[in-house]
Amino acid sequence: MRGVKKLANDMIASPYFSFGVTVLLFAVLYGTGVAMYKGFLRPQVFFNLFIDNAALIIVTVGITFTLIIVGIDLSVGAVLALSCMVLAWLLANTAVPVWAAVAVVLLMGIVIGAAQGYIITKFDLQPFIITLAGMFFCRGMTAVISRDTIQITNETFTAIASYRIPIGDLGFVSVGAVLALIVLAIAAVVLGFTKFGRAVFAIGGSESSAALMGLPVFRTKVIVYTISGFCSALGGVAYALIMLTGYNLHGLGMEMDAIASSVIGGTLLTGGVAFIPGALFGVLIQGVILTFISFQGTLSAWWTKIVVGALLCVFIVMQALITEQKARLSKKSSMGEPPEKAKPGLAG
Amino acid sequence: MSSVKDKLRAFSDSSLFLPVVALAVLLAFNAIFVDGFLTISLTEDGRLYGRMIDILNRSCSLVILALGMTFVIATAGIDISVGAVVAISAAVVCTLLGGRGDGVAETPLALAMLAAVGVGILCGAWNGLLVAKFKIQAMVATLILMTAGRGIAQLMTEGQIITVYYKPFAYISGVIPGNILPTNIFIALAMVLLVAFLMKKTSIGLFIQSVGINPTAARYAGINVTMVIFLVYAFSGFCAGVSGLIESSLIRAADANNAGLNMEMDAILAVALGGTLLSGGKFYIGGSVIGAVTIQTLTTTMYALGVSSDQLPVVKAIAVIAICLIQSKKAQEMFAAWKERNRGGSKSLSQGSGSTGTKAVNEA
Repeated sequence: MRGVKKLANDMIASPYFSFGVTVLLFAVLYGTGVAMYKGFLRPQVFFNLFIDNAALIIVTVGITFTLIIVGIDLSVGAVLALSCMVLAWLLANTAVPVWAAVAVVLLMGIVIGAAQGYIITKFDLQPFIITLAGMFFCRGMTAVISRDTIQITNETFTAIASYRIPIGDLGFVSVGAVLALIVLAIAAVVLGFTKFGRAVFAIGGSESSAALMGLPVFRTKVIVYTISGFCSALGGVAYALIMLTGYNLHGLGMEMDAIASSVIGGTLLTGGVAFIPGALFGVLIQGVILTFISFQGTLSAWWTKIVVGALLCVFIVMQALITEQKARLSKKSSMGEPPEKAKPGLAG
Repeated sequence: MSSVKDKLRAFSDSSLFLPVVALAVLLAFNAIFVDGFLTISLTEDGRLYGRMIDILNRSCSLVILALGMTFVIATAGIDISVGAVVAISAAVVCTLLGGRGDGVAETPLALAMLAAVGVGILCGAWNGLLVAKFKIQAMVATLILMTAGRGIAQLMTEGQIITVYYKPFAYISGVIPGNILPTNIFIALAMVLLVAFLMKKTSIGLFIQSVGINPTAARYAGINVTMVIFLVYAFSGFCAGVSGLIESSLIRAADANNAGLNMEMDAILAVALGGTLLSGGKFYIGGSVIGAVTIQTLTTTMYALGVSSDQLPVVKAIAVIAICLIQSKKAQEMFAAWKERNRGGSKSLSQGSGSTGTKAVNEA
C-alpha cells in the first residue's frame, strides 16, 4: 500500500507528469474517434491536424516563451490578423515579390514584439495590460488598412499554399505544417540547449535570483516578447497560406487557444516550467475536438469553445493541486528548507 | 489668492484630476466641433433629448462594470471575463422573455431580470472560487470564462440573435412613459450610491484595500482574505449581470457574439484612468465612474469623427499605454531624474545643455 502511494507521489513529482496526462488524453480522444467514426483511421486525418493548426502551433510556441517568464502575450491573435492583412495588402497593391512581403511582415512582428517587451520591462508594467493594448492596436490597425476582406491572388503565393508534400503513401502535409514543425524543433533546441534558454527558465523561476546571478534579465525579457511577436507574424503567414485572405477578424480569440494549448501541454502559469512537445499536443487535442465536431456534423462550433474552456479549467486546477502536492512533498523530505516553486529547465 | 492656488494644487494631485481633465478636454472638443452637442431639449412626450443624455445613457453599463472592476483591481486581481458575462446575462434574459412577434413575454419580466442578474453572480462566484480558493492567478482564472462564456451564450440562444418584442423590456435602457430620463441612468446612480454608502458606512473598503496591498499582512490582521476576494469577484459578476440587462435592453436583443465585446478593456481603462493602480491597493470609486463616462465620451467623439467601430481600438490602445506610462513608478522616477539633471545643469553652468542651460547662461 505504501509502495503504491510512493509511486503515485513520484509520478506526480515527475516533471513529465503533466505531459504524460496530455499525451494520454490525446490518445484517448483519438482512440474514441477511431472507434466511433470509420474515417478517423485514415492517416490523412492525422496529418490534417497539422495542416489546419499550423498557425496555432507557431503562435503557441511564441506564447509559451512569454508564459515561462511569468508574462503573457495577449496580442498574438491580433498580430496574426495584422500580418495576414499587411501581406494581402502588399501582394494586392504593390509589385513586391512574395519573399519581400513576407520579410516585411516578419520584421513588423519583430518590431511589435520588441516594442511591447521594451515598454513592459523598462517601465515595469504588467504584461497583460500592455499586450492587451497591443492587441487592440493591431486589431484596429488591421481595420485601418482595410475593413473588407482582401483576397490573395498572387500566383507564387497560391502555388506555395497549394503545394503538398507527400509522406510516403500515407498522405501529405502542407508547407505551413512543415514550417510549424521546424519552429517547434528550433524552439525546443533553444530552450533546452542554449544559454538563452537557461536564462529564460531562470527568470521564470525567480527573476530577482536570475538578476543576482548576473543573467541579462532585461535583454532576455525583451527578446522573449520579440520572439512571441515574430512567431505571431510567422503564424500570420501560415494562416494566410490556409485562408488566402487578409481579414479584420482573422485569429479572433486565438490568444486564448494558444494559452490553452500551452497550459494543457504542461506549461505552468506560475512560470519557469514548460515543455515544447507538450504544447504541440495541446494544439493537437484542440484539433481533435474540432475534427470530432466536423465528423459528428450536428454539433455546432461553439462546443469547441466550451470544451476547450472546460479542459483549460481542469488542467489549471490540476496544476494548482500538483504544485501544492510538490511543495508539501519537498517540505516533508527536507524540513526547514523552503519549498521549491518549480524546477527550471525542463524543455528538451 | 493663495488658498485658490492651494486648492488647485490639491485638485491636481488628487485622483480625480486626470479623468476630469480628460473629460473636460473631450467635452470642450465636442462642444466646438460637433454641432448642437450641448443642446438638451424636451421632446413632446416629455423626456430630455440630446447628445449629452445619449452619452450618459450609453455609459451606464460601463459605469456599473467599472464599479465591480475597481474592487477586483483593488485586490490586485483582474476580471477579463466581464464581457463574456454580459453576453451570458443578455442571452439569459432574452431567452427567457422569448422572441415572440406578438410582444408577449414567455416569462414575467421581473423573473427574467432576476435570473439574468443571478447568472451574473453565479459566473462571478465561479471566478471567485478559482481565484480565492484554488489560488489561481486572476488573469488566468477569468480567462476560462472569457473563452467559454461566449460559447455558453451562443448555446443558450442557439446561435441566433433573439429579438425581444415585449415592450416593457425596452424600458430598462429606455424611458418609462412619464419619466424624463432613461431608466438605466437611475440604475447606475443607485449602484454608485450603494457602493458609496458601503464605502462610507462600513469598513469593507478598508478590507479590500488591505488585501490588495498585502494579503499576508491582512490575514494576520484578522481579515478573511479568501472571503473578501471571493465576494469581490462575485460582485463583479453581479455588475456584469446588470450590465448585460442594460446592454440587451438597449438593442432589444441578445447577440452572443457582440454583446459586451471588448467591454472588459473599456472597464479596465476606466478604472486605470480613475487613478486606481493596476497593481492593487488604493482605489477610487469616483475616479472610476468619471473614467467610465470619459471613455464613453471618447467613443462617441470618435464615432462623430467618422472613425469606425473596428478602427476605434487603435485610439483606445494608445490611451491605455499613455495612462500606464503616466501611472508607472519607473517612468515617474525617470522623469524626476531627467528634471533633476536639467536643473543641475543650469545651476552649475558647466553641463548646461538644452534650453534651460542656455537660458541660465543668458541670465548670467
